[in-house]
Amino acid sequence: MSTPASFANWKLFWKRWGIGLSIAAVVLAVIFYFYARSPRVTEAVLASTLRQSVPLVLGALCGLLGERAAVINIGIEGQMLMAAYVGFMVNVRTGNLLFAVLMGVLTGAVLGALLAFMSVTLKIDQIIGGTVINILAIGLTGYFYQVGLSAQGKLNPIPLGPLAKIPLIGPVLFDNPPITYASIVLVFVVHYVLFHTPWGLRTRAVGEHPRAADTLGINVYLVRYVNVIVGGALAGLAGAYLSLEAVGSFERNMTNGRGFVALAVMIFGKWTPFGAWGAALLFGFATAMQTQLQFAGKLHIPHQFIGMLPYLLTIVVLAGFVGRARPPAADGIPYEKEG
Amino acid sequence: MAEQQNQQSQKGAVRRFLQSIAVPLGAVALALLIGAIIIELSGASAWEAYVALAKGAFGSAEGWRRTLEKTTPLIFSGLAVAFAFKAGLFNIGAQGQLLFGAITAAWVGFAVHGLPPGLHAALALIAGTIAGGLFGAIPGALKTYTGAHEVITTIMLNYIAMGFTDYLANGPLKDRSPGNIIARTPEILPSAKLPTWGWLPFGFILAVLAAVFAWWVLQRTTLGFEIRTVGQNPHAARYAGMKVARTVILTMVISAAFAGIGGAVETQGVVGRYEPGFNANLGFDGITVALLGKTNPFGVIPAAMLLGAMRAGSNVMQFDAHVAQEITDVVQALMLFFVAADQIVRWLLRIRAEEGEKITLSTGWGSQ
Repeated sequence: MSTPASFANWKLFWKRWGIGLSIAAVVLAVIFYFYARSPRVTEAVLASTLRQSVPLVLGALCGLLGERAAVINIGIEGQMLMAAYVGFMVNVRTGNLLFAVLMGVLTGAVLGALLAFMSVTLKIDQIIGGTVINILAIGLTGYFYQVGLSAQGKLNPIPLGPLAKIPLIGPVLFDNPPITYASIVLVFVVHYVLFHTPWGLRTRAVGEHPRAADTLGINVYLVRYVNVIVGGALAGLAGAYLSLEAVGSFERNMTNGRGFVALAVMIFGKWTPFGAWGAALLFGFATAMQTQLQFAGKLHIPHQFIGMLPYLLTIVVLAGFVGRARPPAADGIPYEKEG
Repeated sequence: MAEQQNQQSQKGAVRRFLQSIAVPLGAVALALLIGAIIIELSGASAWEAYVALAKGAFGSAEGWRRTLEKTTPLIFSGLAVAFAFKAGLFNIGAQGQLLFGAITAAWVGFAVHGLPPGLHAALALIAGTIAGGLFGAIPGALKTYTGAHEVITTIMLNYIAMGFTDYLANGPLKDRSPGNIIARTPEILPSAKLPTWGWLPFGFILAVLAAVFAWWVLQRTTLGFEIRTVGQNPHAARYAGMKVARTVILTMVISAAFAGIGGAVETQGVVGRYEPGFNANLGFDGITVALLGKTNPFGVIPAAMLLGAMRAGSNVMQFDAHVAQEITDVVQALMLFFVAADQIVRWLLRIRAEEGEKITLSTGWGSQ
């Protein structure tokens, strides 16, 4: 009796995890192959992949928190940019990196609140609301930007004891600056909150069928506000990553479209944290390879074409996966209470 | 009786008109007010700054010329956004479409020899228009055939256009004259240049004509009717037998063609060649212009003039009042905010809501 049941379980297991596991196996095989051939380059590319993925995965988490509650956040780019700027300026003035990161996160949250106000309370078209944030961020950071300021230090890698000594895995995974660690932890946290807590259930209910959620006594507006604000804070962390961890200074429009790429990452990841993480790593890998190829000078392709890679990938992902991956049912629709 | 009715409906029309411009005007006023507060907070005089701004923009024939020169591409990119809006499409890609128009016009302008002046200029304009339009067909086709949302694809295509034109200006189309080291195309021939009569650039006339054309297509043609129907209710449009897919692609092409000709006019009338990085934010500015103009082709013109004047006068403002030019970006962003959040303006200024066409853009990622 037990054999068919376990067989069915196995089938179910395969159906659920099969694709992911196969991809993981192939990826691991490829990594080991290249590691055997040129360990240093492989390590560098993988470490760079992880770091390039940080703003994307944080941005995608921001996007999916909002969209799971049916608020489309097209202003991630602006939230990142503004947070990068504020974090940088706070660091310049105070010299306190932790405080600077916190202020960056706060900036993102405030802009998240602004988006929530526009899209939940005022019921402005969400795409326009996000665009307002983007343009506002470009304008404000441009106006207050001063040339020649430099940050007082930046967030340095913290090796995690003996773990960092493991070949290949150590330098790639366990020798990173704090926000990179935080982004990995946050993937698990958001997954847990979204799928294993009452709040997550409420969020998904609000995103799929707000009317029903409302009938059950869930405060639709509150859920949307909180998710968009927390999402903004994550985008703010991504901004702080750019100015305080990756670069160590602020440049005009330094986000370079990452906020929009993050949305493609979110869609590619089918609105799930782990999916988004995988997609972000793929995008990070594309960027890391691009840098590596340019650095090695092996390819005789103009650098502008290599630079287009992440953007082309975004379009391909959007073209191939939208429609097949299903967004939350109420995505983008303001909720109007009856009465 | 009939006369009285006529008078009444005229009064009604005037009132409707005033009502429709009340929110944009209120938004501009509020934005200028907050801008003034920011200027004062940073230690300068807001009054001086605004006076210097106005002086720089309208104080002389030279100022007027600069204002109209800055207004011209804003009208085109505003038309591009407004036109697509009517079909419920949000074209943020005016920037990239404009770059393609600009570099194509530059190429025709310097590479084609032996044409009479008017014909050469026209040919370059047409080439730029087509290049922009074709580039706009990509997000339109992606939207109809794959469901990829045009907001993200157009933004990604902006980056791709930037990279591609940068490559062209550094490579195949680079100015090889001795002494040139920067990325730019050779200067276009005099026969391809657009004239400026005194303070009136020819491009500005073209921009106004383009607005008339946009209005004509939208209000007086079957295509325009289909575009507006698709914008208000794609399901109804489909049910009525309209080809929604074709309309979406065609709308994007026309919208992008406006941006393309805008780039061509900028190249042929102002810059004289293609240089990467000119007018980097025109695509986003187009959104502000379109919304300030209430997505009406004729509303786009005064909205673009306002932003154009701010651009043209900001030099003088920086020089006379010591206020950084970028304050105009902040004020512009605030204008966009207040126009989009029209409830705030209505509430503050006690303006009653008007009835009008409502267009939904964010209907999820895979709609239509």
